[in-house]
Amino acid sequence: MNNSTEVNDAEKSQSCCCSAKKQQQVSSEANCHDNTIVSDDSNSVSEYHLIIEGAGCASCVGKIENALKSVLGVESAEMNFAQRTVLVTGNASEEKLIKAVEQAGYNAKLSNSESEEDALEEKEQADWQYYKKLMREMTIALTLGIPLMIYSLVVGEMTVTTFTEQMVWLAVGLLTLGVMVFAGKHFYIGAWNSFKNHSANMDTLIALGTGTAWLYSMVVVFAPEVVPLMARHVYFEATAMIIGLINLGLALEIKARGKTSEAIKRLIGLQAKTARVIRDDKDLDIPIEDVLLNDLIRVRPGEKISVDGDVVEGHTSIDESMLTGEPMPVEKTEGDQVVAGTINKSGAIVFKATRVGKDTALAQIINMVKRAQNSKPPIGRLADVISAYFVPVVMIIAVVSALAWLNFGPSPAVAFAIVSATTVLIIACPCALGLATPMSVMVGVGKAAEAGVLIRNGEALQTASKITTMILDKTGTITEGAPKVTDIIVAGSQTEDEILLLVASLEAGSEHPLAMAIVESAAEKGISPKKVTDFASLSGMGVQAKLQSKRLLFGNEKLMKQQGIAIDQFLDKAQQLAAEAKTPMYFAVDAELAAVIAVADPIKSDSIEAIKRLQNNGIRVVMLTGDNRMTAKAVASMVGITDFVAEVMPEDKAKKVAEYQANGEIVGMTGDGINDAPALAHANVGFAIGTGTDVAIESADITLMRGSLHGLADAIAVSKATLTNIKQNLFGAFIYNVAGVPFAAGVLYPFFGLLLSPVIAGAAMAFSSLTVVTNANRLRLFKAKEH
Amino acid sequence: MIWINLAGLGLITLIVWWFWLYKAKTSEVQSGSIEVRVKDGVYQPANITIPANESVQILFFREDATPCAEMLVIPDLEISETLVLNKQVTVTVPASPAGVYPFHCQMQMYRGALIVK
Repeated sequence: MNNSTEVNDAEKSQSCCCSAKKQQQVSSEANCHDNTIVSDDSNSVSEYHLIIEGAGCASCVGKIENALKSVLGVESAEMNFAQRTVLVTGNASEEKLIKAVEQAGYNAKLSNSESEEDALEEKEQADWQYYKKLMREMTIALTLGIPLMIYSLVVGEMTVTTFTEQMVWLAVGLLTLGVMVFAGKHFYIGAWNSFKNHSANMDTLIALGTGTAWLYSMVVVFAPEVVPLMARHVYFEATAMIIGLINLGLALEIKARGKTSEAIKRLIGLQAKTARVIRDDKDLDIPIEDVLLNDLIRVRPGEKISVDGDVVEGHTSIDESMLTGEPMPVEKTEGDQVVAGTINKSGAIVFKATRVGKDTALAQIINMVKRAQNSKPPIGRLADVISAYFVPVVMIIAVVSALAWLNFGPSPAVAFAIVSATTVLIIACPCALGLATPMSVMVGVGKAAEAGVLIRNGEALQTASKITTMILDKTGTITEGAPKVTDIIVAGSQTEDEILLLVASLEAGSEHPLAMAIVESAAEKGISPKKVTDFASLSGMGVQAKLQSKRLLFGNEKLMKQQGIAIDQFLDKAQQLAAEAKTPMYFAVDAELAAVIAVADPIKSDSIEAIKRLQNNGIRVVMLTGDNRMTAKAVASMVGITDFVAEVMPEDKAKKVAEYQANGEIVGMTGDGINDAPALAHANVGFAIGTGTDVAIESADITLMRGSLHGLADAIAVSKATLTNIKQNLFGAFIYNVAGVPFAAGVLYPFFGLLLSPVIAGAAMAFSSLTVVTNANRLRLFKAKEH
Repeated sequence: MIWINLAGLGLITLIVWWFWLYKAKTSEVQSGSIEVRVKDGVYQPANITIPANESVQILFFREDATPCAEMLVIPDLEISETLVLNKQVTVTVPASPAGVYPFHCQMQMYRGALIVK
């Protein structure tokens, strides 16, 4: 193992992020970090909180405690049976403790009592401390820099011609050195460490720039005779001002950066901190990290759902808008799923935990958003390549610039050379280039998450902004995906309910979607089907059976004609229903037409509007369906789609996507993420559309958490806005450096006599990256048109 | 003047050699893990040799409060991790084919590379 990474066994075994708390100061400071105990001896003592699974009775307590106490190094083990946790003290490794519990016949895991919210608070606290440090350092630097700057503006050139001036400037030089040490130390240490690693970064440029200005000035102070008379200026004000301004820029950048992660903060904030579990018939409030699978959890009105689970008792409505963007509360009763982070509105329920910890939908969403926020779209790759070579190239430009001034510059050439080299080093800003893409992606992905749109990575974000054709699956995407009885046209003397009872009885045993729609429709009205006899399925036409003495027949036009049942007077009506994207079926009792029943998969209430939004964005919308042409045509025309492909087998959907791609289209495919998975994978961007939070998060490039197609339009709008923002940032950062560096080198001097001051360069550099972060923050104000 | 120009050219050569041509020393992963400190503007060690087709753990410990150091990105492996200040964060590098996989902070000011052999 590498020297720098040598750790002893104790360190390795205890180095994970756990709840072990330092009880005793360990001998080596370098090895002691927060709750990680690393010992050079065996005397260090740690505390571990273990969560025990499978402990069902009080007698388990002694067994588990004894198993733990038998581990070498364990001093004490105390179990809280109600909470199913054990507090272990000693210096044994966590692996050994877990193994001991497992050998005793139970499962154990380490309690990570630090929630993400705590970690976030800690991070904010650390950022705040760093912000204060930078502001202090800025104050120190500017306290010297500003008076010197004013002096140089009022009095003029800061030259060294007399002994007194030499002494005064020596004192100022030493004060500047103090500023460099107390306010700019981090630049010099960072630069030196990078140099040792054969790499260069922003610190390198600042250290070289300010160092050059200070060293030259000190040469002028100590040995003015080696410098031509005209060039005996000192640049201490530049050094102090640059350090001050760059510290100020960094401090403001921290503030601005904090805002870019607001979306993830909001998501993390949705997590409940505690859950009220029912153990041994008692309600216990425990941290959510300690909730076990299959725990029963009680939730009262107004409380947050702590983990994912299934309702086992009670009825309520739950606000899931924070995750799905769907404003209407969702009714939940026994057997329904509830999701962590949502809010129980009306009733009290008890649910059984089915997914806990990192497995909850919310934890997965947070994880996915975090990952996506840090992934880079292809547009940022050029900036990455440039960043890799940027600093050494700037250093070379600084040397070339100094040589050019020394060879061809006017007198005092040496002063011009120093000023231009310093200014080139200071004005170049690799940070702006480096920040341009990630900052916008961070805000854009977060913004999308707020609208219930989960973007998998930067590439999906970029491609989504370029989609020219959007293919929509019909069932479940444009429509609700659940056929329902829409019309019952009574032909005889029976009432609608009587007809529904008879048809539901006839169809009760069938699993055909249309049959299920009828049975469900009857159930909604509280009608229970009766038992039929002589049931027969008439392939491709319908079904028949007997109920008491009645002969029931249910099927299509062909069946009725075959059986000689008069339906002529209802044919027009049936055709009209078909044209409305409904499937008409005929029901006859004892060879007499009793009713025409239409079943349809209703179009989602906002599909028409959302499709119009896509079309208004210049996107060609195509509908793909396995349904017959007549129904497909009707649905397409109802939602304003002119391009549709009907009767497509599920396995052929991917081929259709490929056909559009072959015509040069950038294709987005929207489907349910499970049946349409091959087509989603084949498309340039696959959108999985979910209902509620029950979505296959990993199945697509972009996941829409709610069923509405507005999510699709929102996703495209956010991606376009983000890409525009990235382009603005990249353009700004490129132009800034491409224009700034030559200007600093003095290319304008021969024509206009213009040469940039290093102080102005410092200010420009400090605020260039701040501008990038601020521009990215503008995205936070973005609002998709409909929301 | 000629000496100054030669010195300048020498300096440029030195920059090219030091930052681009010099092959930096690498640290090897042994026993499946290695610790990387994020301190004073750099990753220490920055260049890490890991065996091909083997999963390894990199234990990052960030001591540098600069917010820039907060995010670790290994783009080619689609890994991004928040490095919490003064806490060890374990990054599991999946078994990967031979090649060089750069890792860096969001702004690419902290840079390193995984050399998979």
